Amino acid sequence: MGYKENDERFLMTEVNGPETEVPMNRRKAVKAFVGLGLATALTDCTPASGGGGPAGEIPGPPPAQGPQLEPEPQATLSLDEHEHPVDGDVLVFALGTRKGEVVTPADVPLNGPQIFAYAGDADGAHGASDASRLDQIVLLRLDPLNLTEETSHHAADGIVAYSAICTHEGCDISDWSTENRRLICPCHDSEFDPTDNGQVTEGPARRRLAALPLKLVEGQLVVAGGFTGRVGFRSP
Amino acid sequence: MKLDRYWAAIRLMFLIVLVMPGPGIAQQSAKSYRVVTDERLKEPEPENWLFYRGTYNGWGYSPLEQINSENIGSLVPVWAFSTGVNGGHEAVPIVNDGIMFVTTPGNQVIAIDARTGDLLWLYQHELAEDAIAYHYTNRGVALYGDKVFTATLDAKVVALDATSGEVVWDASVADNAAGYYMTLAPLTAEGKVMVGVSGGELGIRGFVVALDTETGEEVWRTHTIPAPGDPGNETWPGDSWRTGGAAVWLTGHYDPDLGLTYWGTGNPGPWMGDARPGDNLYTNSVIALDIETGELVGHHQYHWNGSWDWDEVSTPLLIDVERDGRVFPALVHPGRNGYLWLLERSADEISFVDAWPYVRQDVFTSIDPESGRPSYDEQKKPGTGFRAPFCPSLWGGKDWPPAAYNPGTKLLYIPVNENLCGSILGREIEYEPGRSFTGAESQMTVWPGAEHIGELQAWDMSTGEEVWTREFESPNWGPVLTTAGNLVFMGGTTDRNFRAFDARTGDQLWEHRTNSGIIGVPSTYMIDGVQYIAVQSGWGVDAASMTRRINRDLGTETFVPEGGVIWVFALQN
Repeated sequence: MGYKENDERFLMTEVNGPETEVPMNRRKAVKAFVGLGLATALTDCTPASGGGGPAGEIPGPPPAQGPQLEPEPQATLSLDEHEHPVDGDVLVFALGTRKGEVVTPADVPLNGPQIFAYAGDADGAHGASDASRLDQIVLLRLDPLNLTEETSHHAADGIVAYSAICTHEGCDISDWSTENRRLICPCHDSEFDPTDNGQVTEGPARRRLAALPLKLVEGQLVVAGGFTGRVGFRSP
Repeated sequence: MKLDRYWAAIRLMFLIVLVMPGPGIAQQSAKSYRVVTDERLKEPEPENWLFYRGTYNGWGYSPLEQINSENIGSLVPVWAFSTGVNGGHEAVPIVNDGIMFVTTPGNQVIAIDARTGDLLWLYQHELAEDAIAYHYTNRGVALYGDKVFTATLDAKVVALDATSGEVVWDASVADNAAGYYMTLAPLTAEGKVMVGVSGGELGIRGFVVALDTETGEEVWRTHTIPAPGDPGNETWPGDSWRTGGAAVWLTGHYDPDLGLTYWGTGNPGPWMGDARPGDNLYTNSVIALDIETGELVGHHQYHWNGSWDWDEVSTPLLIDVERDGRVFPALVHPGRNGYLWLLERSADEISFVDAWPYVRQDVFTSIDPESGRPSYDEQKKPGTGFRAPFCPSLWGGKDWPPAAYNPGTKLLYIPVNENLCGSILGREIEYEPGRSFTGAESQMTVWPGAEHIGELQAWDMSTGEEVWTREFESPNWGPVLTTAGNLVFMGGTTDRNFRAFDARTGDQLWEHRTNSGIIGVPSTYMIDGVQYIAVQSGWGVDAASMTRRINRDLGTETFVPEGGVIWVFALQN
C-alpha cells in the first residue's frame, strides 16, 4: 500500500508546501495541506500496516516537517481533493444520452425520479470533465409547498439538489420512491427526505445528505453556493 | 473540527503503539511458519483450518472432538480481538499451525497468535473513497506456500508474506469503476489462486480467474456468460450477454480426483427476465471448471431467466450420497430459490437427480424429472411494469451463509429463513458503467401469523428426510460449523447469541451472548492439545437490511449493535 513516490500530492508537499512562500490559489492550497497530512500519516503508518520497514522496531516521532500542522489521519484520498461546486456553476447531466449537456429547469420532472448531474463552471475549466463519482449531485423538482423552510431556502422554483452519495457506505443513491417522495440507496435501504433538507428517515445512514443551494439566473439553473455539509461517507 | 483532528491524531499514535509487533515476534513466526502445500490442502491436519470451509469438499466439518456434546457446557471465551471497524463481519478465521488470519470489512487482514490473541501483523488495503462496492464485506483469506491471499473491494488479489504481512504482489483482475468488486475468500490449489467477482447489481459480466500464486500472472479466465460463438450465448438476446451479471461471489469447491473446481453463479441483470428473454446461461447455475485450463466442462442451471434476485452463488457441497442402493458423488445445494438440489458430478458433466422445496415456495409449478428444469407460475414472476408477489423473499430460503455436512451423523445442516415473501416491480433501465443495473424495486413481508423466521434444518440426503429443525423467532444469517464432537455451531440471530446444538437431535446445548450479531463463518483448531472455536461477531450487510424490512413490516424495533470482534472459545480447565 501507499502512494508512489512520484505522486503529485507528494511533489506539491515538497515544492509548494505551506512553509514556502510560493503563491498559490485556494484549491492548490487545499491540496498541499492534504498532501502534507498524507505524508505524515503514511510515515507513521507504514510499519504498522505491514507495508514494509523493519518489524519489531518502535517508531520514533515523525520526522520534522516544518510548521506543526494538524495531521490528517485518513490515508484515503480526502474529499477536499475533489472539485467542489461554487456559486455560479452550472449543472450537466452525469449520464444517459444527454451526458455532458447542461440541465435546464424544464429537464427536471415534477416529483422525480432524480436526475444525476455534475456541477462545473460554464466554460468547462473545472468540474464535470474530471469529476469523481463522489462529486455527483441528484436533482429533483418538488412542489414548493411541500418543502420545509430550510429546504425552500436552497431550492429554485421547487428544484432541489443534494449530494448523490449515501452517507452510510458511499453508494450512489439511485432509487426513488414516488409514493413517499424519498431518495433510496439500493445498497442498504437508507432513505432520505428531499423535502426536509436531506434528512435520514430510514436505514443505517446516520447523517443527512449535504444540500447544494440552487438559484435561477435568467431562467438558467445555477449553483448558489457550496454544499451545506460534508459530502461522502465515513469509511468504517 | 480542529479538536476532532487533534483527537484523531492522538488515536493514530495510540494505534501505532498498539499494533507494532513486539521485538522478535515476526522473526520467530518466520522460522516456524509451516508452508501450505497441495498435500496439506487436500488432507488438512485436524488441528488446522486451512481453507474457507475447512476442506475442499465444502463441508464446514472438523474431526476434532475434545469439545463435544458432553462437555460443551463449560465452553468459555479465552480471548477476543476488536477489529476496529463496523459493518458485516463474514470472514472465517483461518488457522495454520497456531497463526490465525482474519479479514474484516474494508479489506484489513489481521494475523494473530491463535493461542494468545497477540497481534502479529495487520495489513490495511488502501481503498479509494469512490470505490464501488454494494456489499462492504469480506469472507476470508486463502493460504498457499508462504503466502496469504485476499480479494479486495477494488477487484484486486493481494498476496501477502504470511510472516510479515508485506505485499509480495498485487494484481487487478477487473475494473472497479465498471462495478466489479470482490468479497469472497479465494480458492487455492495446484499453484493457482482463484477468485470470482461481485457486481451482479451493476451490469458486470461474471468470471472466475486463476492467477499464479508465485507471480500473480493470469493463468486462465472463464466467463460465466458465454461470448458469441460459444455454446450458450444463444440464450441471450443481442448484446445483453455483455452486462448480464452471473457474478461469482462465494468460494468454489474442488474435487482433486476429477481435477474440477465447482462454482455457483448469481442472478442475471437487469433483474427483470423480460428484459433479456432466454435461459441466460450460466446464471443461477453451478459450473464445473477444469483446474488446469479453466475449461467449462459441465453445468446445471437451477432456474432459468431469473427475475427474483435469487443468486445461486453458494457452491454445492461435495458429498457421497446413497440412493436406491447406489452410492454416487453428489453435489448438494440448498438453493436460494427454496429448493434443495441433489446433483451428480462426473468428469464431463453435472446431472440432475432430485430437488424438493425446504421452505414455502410458490413460484415453481413443477420440476422436469429428467433435466431438473422448473416450470413457473407466471403470476409469480416479476416483469417490467408488473409487480409480482412470490415466496421465498428475494433473500431466498438460504442466502450466502454456508450449510455444513457431518460425515458422522450423515446430516446436512442448513441455515434457513422461512415465512418471508416479497414482491418486485420492474422498470426499464439503460446500462451505464458502474451504476445500479437492477431496474427493479423490491418489498419484503412476513407471512401473516408466522411465529418464527429463522430455522436450522438437518437433512438426510439419502432418504430425503428432514431429521430435525430448530426454529428462531429472529431471521437467521448464521454460517454453520459441525464437528466430530457431535456438535453444530451457529450464530445468525438478532439476539447476538452464538450457539451449539446436538448434531443428532438438534437440542440446544450452549449459547453465549456476544457484542453484535454473528454472520461470520466459524472455524475450529487445536494448539498444544487444546481445541478452540473461533468466530467473528459483527452484524451488517444484508442481514441488517432484512432486519430493517422485518421491523418495517411488523412494526418491531429490533436493534443489533454494530462493531466487529473476533471471539475464541475453549473448555474451562
